[in-house]
Amino acid sequence: MEHPTAHILFCDLSAGACRREPLDPELARQAPGGRALAVALLAARPRAVWDAPDAAVVLAPGALAGFDLPGVSFAALAGTNPHTGGVLTVAVPGGLGRALARLHLAAVVVSGRAAAPTALFLDVDGARLLPLGAAAGQGTSAVMASMPAHDGALVAGPAALAGSTLAGLWADGLHPVGPGGAALLLTAKNCFAVAVLAQGEGPVPADPVALAGARAAMERLVAAAPALAGPCGFGRYGTAALLDLTAGRRMLPTRHFRETVFEAAGRLSAPGLFARLSPRAAGCPGCPTPCRHVTANGTVLPDGDAWSHLTALLGLADPDLTVAAYAACRQAGLFAPGAAALLAGRAEAAGRDLAPDALLPALAALVAEGPSVSPSAMAVKGVALPAFDPRGAYGLALSLAVGTSGPDAWGGLCLGHELLRKPVATDRFSFAGKARAVFLGENAAAVAASLGGCPLYGLAVGLEEWALALSAARGEAVGAAELAGLGKRTVLVERTINARAGLGVADDDLPARFFAEPGSSGEGIVVAPLPREEFLAAQAAYYRLRGLDADGRPAAEAAALESPWPI
Amino acid sequence: MADLTAALARRFAEKLAAAGLTDPGAAVAACLDDRLAFSRPSPHEELLAGLVDRLGVGCVLLAPPAQPHRTILEFLAGREAPAIRPRDCETRTFFHDIPVIAEPTVEAAAAALSRRKGAYLPGVGILAHGALSPEQAFVTVSSVAFAGFVKFFADFLAASRAGTVDAAYGAAFAAACRNLPPPPTVVPHLARGPFTDRDTMLAAMAQAGRATVELGLVDSVFGNISYNLDGVLAISQTGAALDDLPGAMDLVPLDGSSCAGLTASSELAAHAALAALDGRQAILHGHPRFAVIMSMDCEDLATCPRRERCHVDCARERYAGATPIVPGEVGCGPRGLVHTMPPALAADGGRSGVIVCGHGVFTMGAHDFGDALAALCAIETSCRARYFAALGIPTETP
Ligand SMILES: [Zn+2]
Ligand SMILES: [Zn+2]
Repeated sequence: MEHPTAHILFCDLSAGACRREPLDPELARQAPGGRALAVALLAARPRAVWDAPDAAVVLAPGALAGFDLPGVSFAALAGTNPHTGGVLTVAVPGGLGRALARLHLAAVVVSGRAAAPTALFLDVDGARLLPLGAAAGQGTSAVMASMPAHDGALVAGPAALAGSTLAGLWADGLHPVGPGGAALLLTAKNCFAVAVLAQGEGPVPADPVALAGARAAMERLVAAAPALAGPCGFGRYGTAALLDLTAGRRMLPTRHFRETVFEAAGRLSAPGLFARLSPRAAGCPGCPTPCRHVTANGTVLPDGDAWSHLTALLGLADPDLTVAAYAACRQAGLFAPGAAALLAGRAEAAGRDLAPDALLPALAALVAEGPSVSPSAMAVKGVALPAFDPRGAYGLALSLAVGTSGPDAWGGLCLGHELLRKPVATDRFSFAGKARAVFLGENAAAVAASLGGCPLYGLAVGLEEWALALSAARGEAVGAAELAGLGKRTVLVERTINARAGLGVADDDLPARFFAEPGSSGEGIVVAPLPREEFLAAQAAYYRLRGLDADGRPAAEAAALESPWPI
Repeated sequence: MADLTAALARRFAEKLAAAGLTDPGAAVAACLDDRLAFSRPSPHEELLAGLVDRLGVGCVLLAPPAQPHRTILEFLAGREAPAIRPRDCETRTFFHDIPVIAEPTVEAAAAALSRRKGAYLPGVGILAHGALSPEQAFVTVSSVAFAGFVKFFADFLAASRAGTVDAAYGAAFAAACRNLPPPPTVVPHLARGPFTDRDTMLAAMAQAGRATVELGLVDSVFGNISYNLDGVLAISQTGAALDDLPGAMDLVPLDGSSCAGLTASSELAAHAALAALDGRQAILHGHPRFAVIMSMDCEDLATCPRRERCHVDCARERYAGATPIVPGEVGCGPRGLVHTMPPALAADGGRSGVIVCGHGVFTMGAHDFGDALAALCAIETSCRARYFAALGIPTETP
């Protein structure tokens, strides 16, 4: 059959020229789209430092992103990690992935460097480079406003212009795209925005009836998942809903991870904020549980990581201040959780909580610091930890340590079984079985990221459903096990890129605090330091499952055997 | 480590027997940690080891079903191969179908289990895998047995109405009926309400949950329960075992002031809607089998244009005796039972129970779970009698 997204667009910003090449069918079969294809293309190129003109950034829509499936519109962005020199892959929500897929683009590979701040605009007529002028320094809203009409857009802001390793991207003006540093991949090329307009319908599936069946199955499972569609779920309050849960489980990162319970958490319950601000829901195209929320005056409410880190991690409990701080981060293009973690570390060093009225000036000062910002101490691979204390969930702790691009709370799907009881509940204070759980969870997450799925939907949609959908789209049977193999290969390719950049077992570790200091025990919950020996045993077991050597590098044979790509 | 793994395997093999899904000692669990451990020696060790290896999972369960499930699944497998399509709503939500494995080889079984959570190997039993824990496989075995039971009896009634029962179905039906456990008759006494403090309330919920499972009115991994104490709804968590509730209940303020219900039952919204409409404090939800089967028995089944969608949008007003039957899917989707069940149960000043088509039964009690459990039991008993009456069998042992 015809591959729905059959071309790769190569854009050389130095030359100001783009060329379109058909996607190699064998590569398309092995790496159908999204994260798998992005890292395959990246691995096939010669190594380059992240800010060199010959470094490439790949933007690849999920293989199913063009179809009308719930929570399936994502693209993946991949490039050289400014923190590690290894790989950085991030999920891009919103309309961009769907629009790229509907332009029949499997990937956009950006290299070179434009002479001045530029936007890349794609539509049916091809690619255009638009000079941004002064807009690049004026905030993400100004950049968005300077774009022609589009279905999806990814923009960077002043923090990226200043070269900050805390600079994130914003998708459609709604979704933060992190971690900090992600924006630098594009802005090192002097590219401050990518916008895509795709008129017309999506691709035609090989078997429309089967695709409708797959869609119905996905919708049913999402509706039956309390964390997504329930009255307290993300569809109602966004991921900020998680703060009550992390507080109740005594794993709410507080005061730079010195405590795991915040005395003022009750004031930070998402429903209180929503009751006062009455925001409307917004989200990705066709999402049945839109997780972003916008007030009448256009303020976007914080996501869970930002909400938690801009409050408890700083010892602050003023919801309005937090909303204002998040708005400032959005305009500046600062990735809020990373910025908050850095300020929390400075507060700890200073020996006192940040004063509430110092927060907004401190964020502004962070932008001005530009590239001289040193990474947070509570980080893995240079990226601040998300809003879950690792001492409160051991599988999660392992997955945060071993994530190829840095700590990603959804990367190993441990939040599902350790906190949200999906698909079943596991003992969160045990490493038993967790190496395998992380291995399988990472594979499944990589599959979803390759097909265009929302990471949160990993709570409901599994490989069985992805196999039904992909089979229907392509008209050839794909099994869940085959898909698991795709996820496994994808992670292995990322590991290979990391190994080439010199990353090893020391990079797959958590900050020492978590092994030395307890969290805040109470109410019958004991939050002990992570047991170091058991952590190392789980890490070693994880390496064995992945076919890595004791230093976390793909064994030579394994890489050759498992990866069909020229790496 | 290996000893712990073997103990884990034995625990789940015993759990299957305790749930009545297998005969004691019949199940085999294979669990992998550093090494593979079996709950007991078995001629199928090679098959299970091969599956653990090929599927890359932590656990595989082999559950030779106890009667009447053995008769039922053998019959359905013979008739429906290559896959049994469940008809009940809950199973349809989480399973697409139940593959029938053609031959007892690792290849054939792995092919089935690499695309589905569980499968049936004729002459041997239910095979299920757990990537994360044996608990997942246990849930699957329980679901397969439930789905098979409901399909077998519901299809038989439909075939009987259509006059298409053949000799083999008739014989299998007679054999299954001989092995049916007796209907529940004695409802145990439960703690009397109203409950005024949390500990007493939570203990009463745990007791009621256990009794519901013991009476066979729900399989432990399904169903849910709640109690409204002064505007705070105590509710079982999603995936909680109804016979092991301590530590698995959430306290959710009904004014929506917190997200404490994030881990609550997928029917939290339905419970909350019910609490808003009906002053009774106790809500119980089970999956009694004949109530589910009878909810799927529709006189229009042959001709109704929506007959494949009864469970989500049936246009008829239907009853089993005095108990209303409403459509509705699991959870909070646009066709969710949250929209249909609460108004039906609260109607007429408070009904004793409502059957959700192809799914299960919700009942209420004013201040405790005594009436709720009695109503659940009574609905099942009457549906069971109705089932056999509809077949023209006055007493159910042919
Ligand atoms: Zn139910
Ligand atoms: Zn009907």
